[in-house]
Amino acid sequence: MDFLNAIVAFSNFVVVPGMAYGAQLALGALGVTLIYGILRFSNFAHGDTMAFGTAMTILVTNGLLALGITFGPLPTALLALPVGIIATCLLVLGTDKLVYKFYRKQKAAPVILVIVSMGVMFIMNGVVRFIIGVRDIRFADGERFIVSARDFKAMTGLKEGLAIKTTQGITVVVAVIVVAVLFWFLNKTRTGKSMRAFSDNEDLALLSGINPERVVMVTWMIVAALATTAGVLYGLDKSFKAFTYFQLLLPIFASAIVGGLGNPLGAIAGGFVIAFSEVTITYAFKKVLIYLLPENLEPSGLVQLLSTDYKFAVSFTILIIVLLFKPTGLFKGQSV
Amino acid sequence: MTISFRNVILAAVVASLYIMVGALDWGIFPGSWNTALTMLNFALIGAIMALGVNLQWGFAGLFNIGIMGFVALGGLAAVLISMPTTPGAFTAGGWYVLIGLGLGVATIVGAVKLYGWLPMGRLRTLITLALIVLGFFAFRSVFDIGVDAIEDINPAATGYLGGLNWGGENYKDNGWLTIVAWPVGGMFAAGAAWVIGKTALGLRSDYLAIATLGIAEIIIAIIKNEDWLSRGVKNVNGLPRPVPYEIDLQNDPGFVESAAAWGLDPVNASTLFTKTSYALMFTVVLVILLILAQRALSSPWGRMMRAIRDNEVAAEAMGKHVTARHLQIFILGSAICGIAGAMMTTLDSQLSPTSYQPLRFTFLIWVMVIVGGSGNNFGAVLGGFLIWWLWIMVEPLGVLIAEYTTAGFAEDHWFRIRMEDAAAHFRLFTMGLVLLLVLRFSPRGLMPEK
Repeated sequence: MDFLNAIVAFSNFVVVPGMAYGAQLALGALGVTLIYGILRFSNFAHGDTMAFGTAMTILVTNGLLALGITFGPLPTALLALPVGIIATCLLVLGTDKLVYKFYRKQKAAPVILVIVSMGVMFIMNGVVRFIIGVRDIRFADGERFIVSARDFKAMTGLKEGLAIKTTQGITVVVAVIVVAVLFWFLNKTRTGKSMRAFSDNEDLALLSGINPERVVMVTWMIVAALATTAGVLYGLDKSFKAFTYFQLLLPIFASAIVGGLGNPLGAIAGGFVIAFSEVTITYAFKKVLIYLLPENLEPSGLVQLLSTDYKFAVSFTILIIVLLFKPTGLFKGQSV
Repeated sequence: MTISFRNVILAAVVASLYIMVGALDWGIFPGSWNTALTMLNFALIGAIMALGVNLQWGFAGLFNIGIMGFVALGGLAAVLISMPTTPGAFTAGGWYVLIGLGLGVATIVGAVKLYGWLPMGRLRTLITLALIVLGFFAFRSVFDIGVDAIEDINPAATGYLGGLNWGGENYKDNGWLTIVAWPVGGMFAAGAAWVIGKTALGLRSDYLAIATLGIAEIIIAIIKNEDWLSRGVKNVNGLPRPVPYEIDLQNDPGFVESAAAWGLDPVNASTLFTKTSYALMFTVVLVILLILAQRALSSPWGRMMRAIRDNEVAAEAMGKHVTARHLQIFILGSAICGIAGAMMTTLDSQLSPTSYQPLRFTFLIWVMVIVGGSGNNFGAVLGGFLIWWLWIMVEPLGVLIAEYTTAGFAEDHWFRIRMEDAAAHFRLFTMGLVLLLVLRFSPRGLMPEK
């Protein structure tokens, strides 16, 4: 019984949140990795693209709620998500046309594009704050829990409860759907194949008659969809705040690099590696150990490896270790 | 460098921007010399940081976006040098902390050595991992005792080790110690840069960027959380100052008299006096660093650096040790940022870790360098002054624009409220726009490298 309790406590505080966070990071990292694979630079504006998409979705959600439209037990934001994606598509395509295209034509060094994306980051950051302000916004509505801790206890008779928030469930389900569609697209459709060809060998792809501008356009649209979805899921699960999204850039980059930049499968794996290490290392294991250890060995402290504020430090330590020992990431990524 | 007409004009324009803040009371200009001097002081510090970044990016092409971390380390140095020692803190837990840290370092060094020494295979990974885990627990078990003991000492006021100032209650008399802290801050940053450079400089340019960005966040996280070191988010206030206090000046009859001779009231004169003193000290540092950087740029060493930047392969073929040179200049540039960080904490008289934001301390400095002209020391300094002026003045400008555009709307119209709220966020937008415009239409900056 104690063993079961320990497992439930561990699932409740580590596995479930880790899964949700990992799925959000994976979606974010997929966007970064696609940009890197096709356009060949690290996009520093990605966090703010996510913030923009989420801000748009929140505005539409508010509009829907004002009209009295809800999505039953599910959050209304899911209904608003497509509009958010379209708005973000327009934003990134506009940015590409106005800003990035010039440097692509020039064949500028990747580092110049990174600096350019820093400028775009500033602008988007300003725009998002202009549109929606800097406050913390919660926009999750509908049912709060799929399984609440109390129900779980009543059902199983265990001392520990296992709570699964609706937003966590939705995050995982949506992420699975999005990833499945993305991989189907990349592997089965003509456009997807031309994207992969372009990413593998640009010159060869151009020689075989692939239109680079079209590949770039499709990439941006996919990235906009991924970024908005990731942002909305994160915002539903926690809350929306412009500055937090900028900071999310760090674990997202870590995920993409740990998995292998330019490799979509790696981005997903990296997302979960980073999420689980962050959650595990900053979780206080006292509760779990109390069930597992005999009474005289019970820990007196919290048995927390590092305080929660070090979660960025965790993702970056992993990043550095991976970079030192396996510079192309866990899955083979590109190295330009 | 020959003084070109264009550069003189540019410098004169930027100088007049600051003078206008002091002299003009119209539109966005407050017409206050006090404000102008405050801006100038921060601009001087910003210019020094830009000089450091220009060393790394302009001379060597190293893409470092961890400037914030080095700046914060400089600030930490200011606290550790100039604050009074907390009585009893070191005897209570100092040794535990030191031994704990020693154990931690020994674990890392041991793990690296062991990894190199053991034969390849799965066993090697397992043994190294086991050593790291064991070492971590040993480190925490010793370290935590010391930390608890130190943080228990009067947590409301101290609860940290304190600095090296022996003055006790009258520690503010030893204000000159903060100046000692500036080079020490540089050394702190240099030490951190050595560790980072050793691990990350072999990486590709954008990996290095992300690694430095992450390490800067780690440094901030440490300063925020290690209360025994610098009180964490509780902030360290009231650092001693190398310049006289306003209140002392106001009580000094000689000063009041000479202020009256200038036609100034004592309060205003005293703030102007302290700010001018700071400005003079910062200018001295800036000029020294600028001369050094300029000498370095035109020396054979500087030519070699630029050769490495322009073509690493060719430089390596000529027998230049590229990684070692990169490490060298990475350390030098970071040290300059550390010095600037210590100066800034001196100017603020406090260390508040939450104020370190990457947008303000890393990316803004990059805008300064790019706009000013990467590769040109004078350009970086000019960019520092110009961009800092813009960073400050854009906010009143935003308010002004909001007022004009919303003049026709009612008090509670959503557009008016939106605009008034948004005026404060105008800054980021403008910085991004300036950066993009310069990169697009004048990629070499205002004062290009020759």
